[in-house]
Amino acid sequence: MANITLKDIAHSYTGASDNPADYALKKLNLTWRDGGAYALLGPSGCGKTTLLNIISGLITPTKGEVHFNQEDVTQLPTEHRNIAQIFQFPVVYDTMTVFQNLAFPLKNRGRTKEEIEPRVIELAAMLGLSDNLYTKAQHLTADAKQKISLGRGLIRQSVNAILFDEPLTVIDPQLKWEIRSQLKFLHKQFGFTMIYVTHDQTEALTFADEVIVMYEGEIVQVGTPEALFMRPEHTFVGYFIGSPGMNIAPCELQGDTIIVEGYEIELANNYPVQNDAVKIEIGIRPEHLDLSAADTPGGLPVTITKVDDIGRYKIVRVKLRNKEFNVIMNELSAVTGDKASLHFDTSHTHIYVNDHLILGEPK
Amino acid sequence: MQLELRNVSKKVGKSFHISNVSLLFEPGALNILLGPTLSGKTTLMRLMAGLDQPTAGTVHFSGKDVTGVKVQKRNAAMVYQQFINYPNLTVFENIASPLRIAKIGKTEIKERVDKVASLLKLENMLGRNPNELSGGQQQRTAIARALVKGADLVLLDEPLANLDYKLREELREELPRIFAETGAIFVYATTEPSEALLLGGRTATLHEGQVTQFGSTIDVFTKPNNLITARTLSDPPLNTLPVVKLNGRMLYKSHVEIPLIGKLPQLPDDNYTIAFRPHNLYLNRRKNTDIRVKAKVAITEITGSESYIHTDVAGVRWVLLASGVHKFGINETIDIFLDPDTFYVFDRNESLVVMPETVAGV
Amino acid sequence: MIEKQVNQKAWFMVLPVFLLVAFSAIIPLMTVVNYAFQDTFGSNQFYWVGLDWFKEIIHSERFHDAFFRQVAFSAIILTIEIPLGVAIALAMPKKGWGVPVCLISMALPLLIPWNVVGTIWQIFARVDIGLLGHTLTQLGINYNYTQDPVAAWITIIVMDVWHWTSLVVLLSYAGLSSIPDVYYQAAKIDGASKISIFRYIQLPKMQRVLLIAVLLRFMDSFMIYTEPFVITGGGPGNSTTFMSIDLVKMAIGQFDLGPAAAMSLLYFLVILLLSWVFYTVMSNIGEESSNGGV
Repeated sequence: MANITLKDIAHSYTGASDNPADYALKKLNLTWRDGGAYALLGPSGCGKTTLLNIISGLITPTKGEVHFNQEDVTQLPTEHRNIAQIFQFPVVYDTMTVFQNLAFPLKNRGRTKEEIEPRVIELAAMLGLSDNLYTKAQHLTADAKQKISLGRGLIRQSVNAILFDEPLTVIDPQLKWEIRSQLKFLHKQFGFTMIYVTHDQTEALTFADEVIVMYEGEIVQVGTPEALFMRPEHTFVGYFIGSPGMNIAPCELQGDTIIVEGYEIELANNYPVQNDAVKIEIGIRPEHLDLSAADTPGGLPVTITKVDDIGRYKIVRVKLRNKEFNVIMNELSAVTGDKASLHFDTSHTHIYVNDHLILGEPK
Repeated sequence: MQLELRNVSKKVGKSFHISNVSLLFEPGALNILLGPTLSGKTTLMRLMAGLDQPTAGTVHFSGKDVTGVKVQKRNAAMVYQQFINYPNLTVFENIASPLRIAKIGKTEIKERVDKVASLLKLENMLGRNPNELSGGQQQRTAIARALVKGADLVLLDEPLANLDYKLREELREELPRIFAETGAIFVYATTEPSEALLLGGRTATLHEGQVTQFGSTIDVFTKPNNLITARTLSDPPLNTLPVVKLNGRMLYKSHVEIPLIGKLPQLPDDNYTIAFRPHNLYLNRRKNTDIRVKAKVAITEITGSESYIHTDVAGVRWVLLASGVHKFGINETIDIFLDPDTFYVFDRNESLVVMPETVAGV
Repeated sequence: MIEKQVNQKAWFMVLPVFLLVAFSAIIPLMTVVNYAFQDTFGSNQFYWVGLDWFKEIIHSERFHDAFFRQVAFSAIILTIEIPLGVAIALAMPKKGWGVPVCLISMALPLLIPWNVVGTIWQIFARVDIGLLGHTLTQLGINYNYTQDPVAAWITIIVMDVWHWTSLVVLLSYAGLSSIPDVYYQAAKIDGASKISIFRYIQLPKMQRVLLIAVLLRFMDSFMIYTEPFVITGGGPGNSTTFMSIDLVKMAIGQFDLGPAAAMSLLYFLVILLLSWVFYTVMSNIGEESSNGGV
């Protein structure tokens, strides 16, 4: 059990260098509280797996230090860091039974049979593996094998952290739900620090109390799922989280009014005047846009180009002059034909200057 | 031009990998094979391509029996989950490779490669090697190679499974347009219900080697013929409740009573399964007819805009999907509401007997 | 219907191979069978003797001795080469410039023809001019493979180990490199010792290639002929007269074609039987433990 602190960590796979472009992971500082559930979210190549391997000790960072509580563990190998890791593909010991697999980490640490047995049985019950306890692990399905991998992490009572590297990749969607909620339940039961790496926003947001969004080797935002959704601090976060992602459109800004595609929209806040050289954009989520019948007062005239009915709701693609927006609608019965009026929920409309969120003054 | 499977079965050893499948695919539309791992998607595609021969039944292309015809003579193309490209050839040469084998002239090759490259937004990548591309671009290259030879049948076996979530979203959006433009018959296998719904087209749901339903994707979603289909095309998972109708009452043990309204009174006394989707389970009463049920919270998952509340109702697990952020403690007891108008009712053979009012009305 | 047509085509395709096998194996084998059941006094006169030759061979002390020498030889070869090969494969580097260097130096002995290997060792071990034999004698060790059966055996075994362990090494190395890195990472995290890693990860994943290695080495060593023939000629005495050498002595040296034919058929059956036993036993273990995993 430990707080994990990363101090000025940076990593380059080609060794120390002065060229920032060589770094897969740019300089970052981060603290993980003991017992927290964290997710590292980002596209492939953003450095999230590198960061995870630095914590587990599979990689020694080019620069910076890793601390577990007060202890500097930067040079400590994996086996001495007392962590557990679950990988993309389930790792089970084929020749062993489920019981032996789960008992293996304890056996290696010299625990007695009397200590091991009740603990394995209890954990197997929690993981839903009781029925297969004496089956050879290789005969099980992918999801059961992944549960075994997870179980070998949980069996040790004193791990500093459990790290997950895209653990649900090979699991079918229906079973993902089961394992995910089980994982969350186990986190609440055991209180281990858990760090979960994924490119899948649903997995990251549903699992973590705090999500770290990474992009090109840097952290772009750290926040609760709610904060990432409601107030993305960077256009990348807006785009990356949410499905479809946030609508981003270039605009002009004049105090409390923005001009998008020649149409004026009055905002809830007043914004400071910006330098001409900067890029100004509005960001609004498809959930915060609304459509009504064409020529409704207060709405902007749009043309509907595409409607995807995905059962629970509809994703409507509309065009405001030359700019396309995605709108999520439960019902479209109010709209007839391909013309409609678009409404902005101004309390959820954000302004980005050079891709970074700026805050306005309430009027 | 159409592809038809007539009573096709494939037996390996003693077990049926595919049993008695009949399907008819039309060109221009996207046909989706949806089912979990090992439900027979890949086997079925191999039969369509001619890589395997069925144990029984026949495969017809444009009305002609092509059952024994080998894959080389079938003009089919296949795209796999892994990005399969020639590592030492440029993107241009990768895409051109099937044309080179067919000994097509230089100018025509250039013309055709340029055309598919622009369709798949690879114009600026043509001179690069596959290992210099992102996963999404590599898969685009593989798809371009499948399209360039003008195959009559293009089979895609979970083509997006190895891509990042966001890249999947992008390609998923473009694919229907690309498919519509080429006019071949497309068959697309996936394990993800949400992917099927986003792609639209027509879906065949597979379960243990059998097709349980085939129709337009949204129809299969809203009007499943049977419980297995409803479960297969549901993400988050479908909520179900086993009930018994007896002496004018419909009960789940003694915990939940379903009032007999709508079409329910006409059902004969028997065992039924009631099913409804997670977004049709509510945290507050919306209608007078809503049924209130006490539930214990197992866990809450919050996505930022929505909350998935996993509940336990007297031993039955349900997921409630509510918009907004709702936080509940583990084992907290809450009231949840069911709307009988959203119920699907399946009989003891798991066939649909009552459709929701919301669907039946449309 | 159509499937049947496809099958007939397939038969047609294998016809050339079938003919080749017929002329190179089946017809000669039939000749051997022919000799095994008949006796001849020259000038193409044959008499049917039934199983007499077989009875004679099975009850002959000479056959027993050759057989036990052969079994002992194969057993010794397998117990040395398999563990040694696995151990060398484990010790080889996994990446970097060392990999090609190791692989090439391992492959070298395999590229040398059998009779050349025999000749090399025959000279190498000679007491008068051979580097090994001469050095040993100079050191005061009583070593002379032409007179001492133990020295002859040691020489042939060392030679075979030198020649063929590489094969086991290469196969094991291929098996080892197919194990994904995450298995080692997971094992480290689980706190597994080197022995546990070997026992629970490497060995199960190598099982299939080891089966092939054991089979190949068994069959080869059980049929060994050229090298002992070149080095010792089966001597001193009959101490290195293995089954194949004995067979040749009988057939060509003494021209006892009948018993030789019977013996070669028995020899063939023994190899077939033992290979089958090895295969079944090992693939049963393999079935239980190797495939699967990822």
